Amino acid sequence: MLLIHCPYCQEERPELEFRNTGEAHIARPADIANISDEAFEVFFFLRDNPKGLTYERWRHIHGCGRFFNAVRDTVSDKFVTTYKAGLPKVAVVRADDGSVRVSDRVEGAGL
Amino acid sequence: MRKYSIFAVAREAMRGHKGWDKQWTSPEPKKEYDVIIVGAGGHGLGTAYYLAKEHGITNIAVIEKGWLGGGNTGRNTTIIRSNYLYDESAGLYNHALNLWEGLSQDLNYNVMYSARGVMMLSHNVHDVQGAKRHIHANRLNGVDNEWMTPEQAKAFCPPLNISQTARYPVMGAALQRRGGVARHDAVAWGYARGAADRGVHVIQNCEVTGVRRGADGAVEGVDTTRGFIGARKVGVVAAGHTSVIMEMAGVRMPLESFPLQALVSEPVKPIFPCVVMSNTVHAYISQSDKGELVIGAGTDQYTSYSQTGGLHILSHTLDAICEMFPIFNRMKMLRSWGGIVDVTPDRSPIVGKTPVPGLFVNCGWGTGGFKATPGSAHVFAHTIARDEPHRINAGFTLDRFRSGRLIDEAAAAAVAH
Repeated sequence: MLLIHCPYCQEERPELEFRNTGEAHIARPADIANISDEAFEVFFFLRDNPKGLTYERWRHIHGCGRFFNAVRDTVSDKFVTTYKAGLPKVAVVRADDGSVRVSDRVEGAGL
Repeated sequence: MRKYSIFAVAREAMRGHKGWDKQWTSPEPKKEYDVIIVGAGGHGLGTAYYLAKEHGITNIAVIEKGWLGGGNTGRNTTIIRSNYLYDESAGLYNHALNLWEGLSQDLNYNVMYSARGVMMLSHNVHDVQGAKRHIHANRLNGVDNEWMTPEQAKAFCPPLNISQTARYPVMGAALQRRGGVARHDAVAWGYARGAADRGVHVIQNCEVTGVRRGADGAVEGVDTTRGFIGARKVGVVAAGHTSVIMEMAGVRMPLESFPLQALVSEPVKPIFPCVVMSNTVHAYISQSDKGELVIGAGTDQYTSYSQTGGLHILSHTLDAICEMFPIFNRMKMLRSWGGIVDVTPDRSPIVGKTPVPGLFVNCGWGTGGFKATPGSAHVFAHTIARDEPHRINAGFTLDRFRSGRLIDEAAAAAVAH
């Protein structure tokens, strides 16, 4: 079972308190009724599904109830970091020894 | 290839079993093949087998990063059934079931297909209505499935607890008598032997590291840990790693990969005569010929390639097993393991062409691909050979997520497939 740090409660809690809600930083189109079928497919169905670092959303459903984002390695299942929803995508770097840490650089716009 | 028969066994018994052939060889990869299949599981090896047997294409390499049958083919709970709700699914899975019945004879290899019956329990009014809807839909599609009262279910599977004071009492069951189990390893080995006998190269310990495309966008071959191997047609049958391989070709997939776990108990004498599934309390169970109870658990909630899952997933399933079969309360579990399953948004597979000319994909079997192995391989071979889908897999396209023609078995089959 994963131990997950909730960035709102500032506590590491067991996975049972959380619900994974899929890939993070996917922007819902503002005018969704008028986008093309291709754009809808990209938004709704296509996923990166990376072997390695993934950006995903979690919800602390049996705690504060809030959504937040996480960076996790899908090979080791270890979390690199968790951060509040709405913050920009956190950049991470992999060191020569394979360990991963949060980079000082900030990428992209927040969602 | 020397045929297996009772006479061969008798002959070899006299000679100290020194005359058996290797079931398949381990050739060095050639520079170029007509077709490359990525992934030597049951679906991939079967595809190569049917390409060679039914379409006359024998210049094939099946490339595998590990050992053949070492992925989900060797990790599943071997349940076979075809009682799916929708026409497309019933067609595909029943095609597989029809092939299962003659597979041992076709391959000259005992895959130990055992039609011992798959019984799916109903625990509430919604379950009963859903099960009966399935039974009627199956009847119209020529798929056997019948309704059982709790007493009939108990007679068919004596360890079942049908007490009305149970937390989730059994209100009835749907039984597919042609459903059952098969020996998963033998399926991979049998297909590998049959394919290798027809000239197919099975290349193990060879990981694909890139997919090369020409100036026109068409596929030219694959880079591997043993060098570049050319082919005009490449079929990706890589289960949980399909997203990874397809990304090398520049195709983003509607897939997510999750850990799925199973476990077996200590071996005991024959006690469990069939397969029992319950989607509501989420458990499925059968007994192997070795005597172990084979129990399937659920997926974890997060994507992962770790081939391990959370312990609470297993304990949740065992709670359900002990509830339905109190007789197993004190059984010891022997081992558990995980595999990585690739899940589509509509929980139906993708078997067909891709936007890249010459690149084909067979994926998205999620938590229930083993049962479809022969049918999947058969129609995928047809798709690769003819460059167009078989009528049976015509609906299982990649572009259905653009057109909206989903085959939405997610709701129809609840959790387990």
